[in-house]
Amino acid sequence: MGSSGLFSLVPLIVFLPVAGLLINMIFGGRLSEKTIGAIASAATGLAFVIAVLLGVALWTGSGETVVVPFADWIHIGDLNVAWNFRVDTLSVLMMLVVSGVGTLIHIYAIGYMHEDVRFKHDIPRYRRFFVFMNLFIAMMMILVSGDSYLMLFVGWEGVGLCSFLLIGFWYDMDTLGRPSFANSNAAKKAFITNRIGDFGFLIAGFTMFWWFKSLNFGDVFSMATTIPAGVILFITIFLLVGVAGKSAQIPLFVWLPDAMAGPTPVSALIHAATMVTAGVYLVARSAPLYTLAPQAQTTVALVGGITALFAATIAVGQYDIKKVLAYSTISQLGFMVAAVGMGAFVAGMFHLVTHAFFKALLFLSAGSVILGMERGHHHLAHQEGHGSPESADREHRQQELSDSGHLEEVFDPGDMRNMGGLRKQMPVTFWLYLIGALALAGIFPLAGFWSKDEILADAFQKFPAVYWLLTIAAFLTAFYMGRQVWMVFFGKPRHAVAEKAEESPKVITVPLMVLAALAILGGALNLPGIHTLTSWLEHTIAGVEAGEFNFLVAGLSTGLALLAIFLSWLLYERQPLAEGQKDPLKKLLGPVFTVFERKYWVDEFYWAVFVNRYVDIARFLANVIDGRFWHDFVHEKVIAGTYNWLSRTVLDLGVDRHFIDAIANGLGELTKRISTSLRRLQNGFVRSYALAVLLGVVVIVGYLLLK
Amino acid sequence: MTQIIPLSWYLAVSMLLFSMGALGVLIRRNPLIIFMSIELMLNAANLAFVAFARSFGVPTGQIFVFFVMTVSAAEVAVGLALIIIIFRNKHSIDVDLMNSLKG
Repeated sequence: MGSSGLFSLVPLIVFLPVAGLLINMIFGGRLSEKTIGAIASAATGLAFVIAVLLGVALWTGSGETVVVPFADWIHIGDLNVAWNFRVDTLSVLMMLVVSGVGTLIHIYAIGYMHEDVRFKHDIPRYRRFFVFMNLFIAMMMILVSGDSYLMLFVGWEGVGLCSFLLIGFWYDMDTLGRPSFANSNAAKKAFITNRIGDFGFLIAGFTMFWWFKSLNFGDVFSMATTIPAGVILFITIFLLVGVAGKSAQIPLFVWLPDAMAGPTPVSALIHAATMVTAGVYLVARSAPLYTLAPQAQTTVALVGGITALFAATIAVGQYDIKKVLAYSTISQLGFMVAAVGMGAFVAGMFHLVTHAFFKALLFLSAGSVILGMERGHHHLAHQEGHGSPESADREHRQQELSDSGHLEEVFDPGDMRNMGGLRKQMPVTFWLYLIGALALAGIFPLAGFWSKDEILADAFQKFPAVYWLLTIAAFLTAFYMGRQVWMVFFGKPRHAVAEKAEESPKVITVPLMVLAALAILGGALNLPGIHTLTSWLEHTIAGVEAGEFNFLVAGLSTGLALLAIFLSWLLYERQPLAEGQKDPLKKLLGPVFTVFERKYWVDEFYWAVFVNRYVDIARFLANVIDGRFWHDFVHEKVIAGTYNWLSRTVLDLGVDRHFIDAIANGLGELTKRISTSLRRLQNGFVRSYALAVLLGVVVIVGYLLLK
Repeated sequence: MTQIIPLSWYLAVSMLLFSMGALGVLIRRNPLIIFMSIELMLNAANLAFVAFARSFGVPTGQIFVFFVMTVSAAEVAVGLALIIIIFRNKHSIDVDLMNSLKG
């Protein structure tokens, strides 16, 4: 059959990006930047083509799950772990999003990184970026296409690694390009926080293996009803810990804002569109388990709802253009987690897809804004006119290295307080950003409206408490996006750099236009009454019903969004923020705004309660247990002391000197004494020798005669 | 009338000569005398050889005497040369003075 032939192509979605990264890794040194970018983008693009083919095969075929065996991985005794690919509507949906959005971001990155490596004065790092990006795509594909929790975990860890590598991409500087450990600390923070989540995942995985004797999705889901409900609850709760780590939910969300230290395409691809949604995918994938554990579902929904609101309030008080989007991402992930927690799996996945579109659009546009500001800053710094920009860069860097600090005040191209009025300098970016912001705010008929509304409608039916949490979060979402758009693009430039800002080239804006089109039209995936996505996913997730479109809910949320935008207009546009002026919301809310601005002091709280205590324990272990007890006492006193005593007293004195030496010396002494007495015979008189000879002869002859 | 002198007489003379030679080697300090005593001992041995050869009618012993005489001639030549060297060094040929190899 033709379509079954298509399914056997599925390993390519992993191996095409791997091929791309290998080519760039091995031969990239001799290739131009454009070629490197083109290879990486083509690898991802071809993976997208494969994903489309798989989608077509499922669409035209029965749509039922196809498992494609690929390789035996572990084979010990009864334990059989195979690397199988699972092609079903859910995994193909994820593949399409990952490779589709991924391709666009790769193309964008060709332009973005071209300038970024020059502003950061390290051109050779360009290639490394695309190697990491392709590795990420490969890992993400392993995650979504694996047929067992183990393969999912392999990808899960792989994307975690890529996330670490890419957050710390500029590992030797901070976000402003100053020599510092800030970026690598952010990378470590992400990695370690994710480890905590992965610990939960592992516990869930071990428990699952203990009870099911298998980690295959098929085996686990078919046996789930025969397992005690308590065990299922245990597994699902610990899976939630993993989800909270990867998808940045309370209490493990703290790494995501810091992850903005990575280059903007990374923030868009990994920390907005794809990797962070892996948690949502995991819950949707584990739907058969979660539906058996209502308490776990409630917990998941509450975690999602609270995170959505909590992060939205923080986003209101942020000044960094990417930090606002980061908290917005946490908040939107809260929406998705709440949705899949309530059992509205389709709504959650729907929002995942649309969010991937508009959040990638927003992040990339923000990257375009930051680049525009960087260009302005560059022009301003080099207005006197040096030679070529490259040599100027080098001089600039040397100057910065020699007298860092005295070179003007360090300029932050991502601070919204430095922006303003960019609508005129960057019109294309402005319109793209506006589309993304409206889609995120949930304005009809953009993608965000439909998906967010489906979640809200489901929540209204199933879980009113979460519904209210999400509704307030949606209101805040519209508000902080309004605030951001007014602050960045309207009013007057609040910094000389903003006046000089420049529009980005086509390689950056064209992928954004595609994303903008998707952000506008993405809602068509699951329009009320047609429910394309629902009927697509019901092949994989049993018992999904199409949500009812609720005019009351939709009307309320749209009304609130418009109100929020109006409020933000009142505060930020009617009297545009002037240079150095405080945020008008600060006057209005006072200390509450400070709480938002300082992110509820969660980081400080974690430092005080966990990190510092951990450091204390580590210090105690290092100084007291390891240093004083283990090293000073056990090693020095007990082991080394015993050894010294043994060697010195027993072996050296007892055995070596008194026994072995005694034998050797005794032999020498004996020889000496014998020779001393024998030397007297050697008296030098020839005649006495002759006498000795004669006597000898007499003795011998006598013996011979008499014997 | 020829009367055959018995073998034992020759051997007795030979023994007498050998003992005189050995005594000379042991008690004299002049190396020339010692050499002469050695010659006595060698010739005592020669006499015994010849006596045995005659008595048993086998010529081997007689042939052996020629070898002994040759060796003793060579030995005397070497010995006299040594004595000259020693005399040049020590202005004396007393054998008891040549004791520098004592232990």
